Amino acid sequence: MNPFHYSKPVDVSQAISLAGAASRFIAGGTNLLDLMKENIARPEHLIDITGLPLKDVRETANGGLLIGALVSNADLAWHPLVEQRYPLLSQAILAGASPQLRNMASTGGNLLQRTRCYYFYDSAVPCNKREPGSGCPAKDGLNRIHAILGASDDCVATHPSDMCVALAALDAVVHVEGRGGKRTIEFADFHRLPEDAPQRDNQLADDELITAIELPPQGFVAHSHYLKIRDRASYAFALVSVAAALELDGDIIRDVRLALGGVAHKPWRDKAVEQSLIGQPVSRENFVAAAEAMLREAKPLEHNAFKVKLAQRAIVRALSDAATGGKA
Amino acid sequence: MSETTNQAFAEHVIALTLNGQPRQLNVQPWSTLLDVLREQLDLVGTKKGCDHGQCGACTVLRDGKRVNACLTLAVMCGGAELTTIEGLADGDTLHPMQQAFIKHDAFQCGYCTPGQICSAVGLANEGRAQTADQIKELMSGNLCRCGAYTNILAAVEEALPQSAAKASAVSEGGIDA
Repeated sequence: MNPFHYSKPVDVSQAISLAGAASRFIAGGTNLLDLMKENIARPEHLIDITGLPLKDVRETANGGLLIGALVSNADLAWHPLVEQRYPLLSQAILAGASPQLRNMASTGGNLLQRTRCYYFYDSAVPCNKREPGSGCPAKDGLNRIHAILGASDDCVATHPSDMCVALAALDAVVHVEGRGGKRTIEFADFHRLPEDAPQRDNQLADDELITAIELPPQGFVAHSHYLKIRDRASYAFALVSVAAALELDGDIIRDVRLALGGVAHKPWRDKAVEQSLIGQPVSRENFVAAAEAMLREAKPLEHNAFKVKLAQRAIVRALSDAATGGKA
Repeated sequence: MSETTNQAFAEHVIALTLNGQPRQLNVQPWSTLLDVLREQLDLVGTKKGCDHGQCGACTVLRDGKRVNACLTLAVMCGGAELTTIEGLADGDTLHPMQQAFIKHDAFQCGYCTPGQICSAVGLANEGRAQTADQIKELMSGNLCRCGAYTNILAAVEEALPQSAAKASAVSEGGIDA
């Protein structure tokens, strides 16, 4: 890893004032330090934000939750209010990483982790995400783990997070603060599709810090399920994952959320598909139709065509499990 | 930042508690906790396996919680209470988890063992594993390439209640750290 300067600010405004294009904020460091060891990230200055007062989970006036950016993934997954009101989020977090990493990794940092595309991680080969304009070896290379939706000619990488798939389904809101002030970003708009600028994973400016994640009151407590399909039983990234949540009136679907992980540069939602399920009864036929519609624009690569059928089947299973109470 | 970048990269002084002893350390910002433990403090019980957070051989306890020392910067450990495998025993009396690993022959080459034991003590502190399946899932951050998993599971299953009792006694101040 390259030499760098280190600072530990005591409040948010001090942290933001130190930030710039050559600096990085560090909290858990579980992805950033790995990237630095591989020479993928070469910050000149690390700004340690672990001393900032962003460690609370508290209820909002409208009955939602405001989660401080520094709450660890483990503390969030096992927080009583999250377990009781947002079981989908608990499940998704516990499906990711290892207990050690979940103890270290922060809520804000989880959003900012970078793709595990092996070409992105190999500094000996070109990569448009790492070196803009250098090319994409994944498109015609080994692309079993890569995107089938929303990719571009420049990048076929996927976003690696499980937590973010649940946050997308729950319509979370990202609170950020920069030198220009505070703003909120709808979760669906936070991460980007690669288009012709895959070096940018999200909408944050260099001086902006995630301070909190807000969850709206609707947690789909009775009917939600996070299903993760991977190459081994634990501690592996998703080939495909599904966050499914239903609000039922008898067997009629009043509201539904469906988000996919492992298939795109960001958690994948399609509100038209969700809309098509509203007012319909819970049935295998309706779930199969929704699953096919979710993947209608899939463009598989040489080695990942299996993901299309896998995602469709995972959607049907996750919706069915959600309908019967979220137990696998 | 030009003033700062022209300066030599600063060494930082951190104060922490390591295996019950207060310590003051001079560290470079880019030194990982794992390298400081092994190279600077000669505490080589903590192992370097993958050095990328994938194998768990470097697992230590930070404020009672298990973490990967390879992905922890030492400079960020100021004020922390760290316990490594060297700090688990009470004098000549092994920690119940260490004793159980010996009893069940829960290793072959032994390289992953310090990380497995620290991880299992962290697991006990968390209090989330009740069944064998839950232990397996919550020990998945520690790989054993010899494949001693069956005996590791047996050791953890046996020592978990005693380790958990020890953890709650410590958090209630009943045992001297």
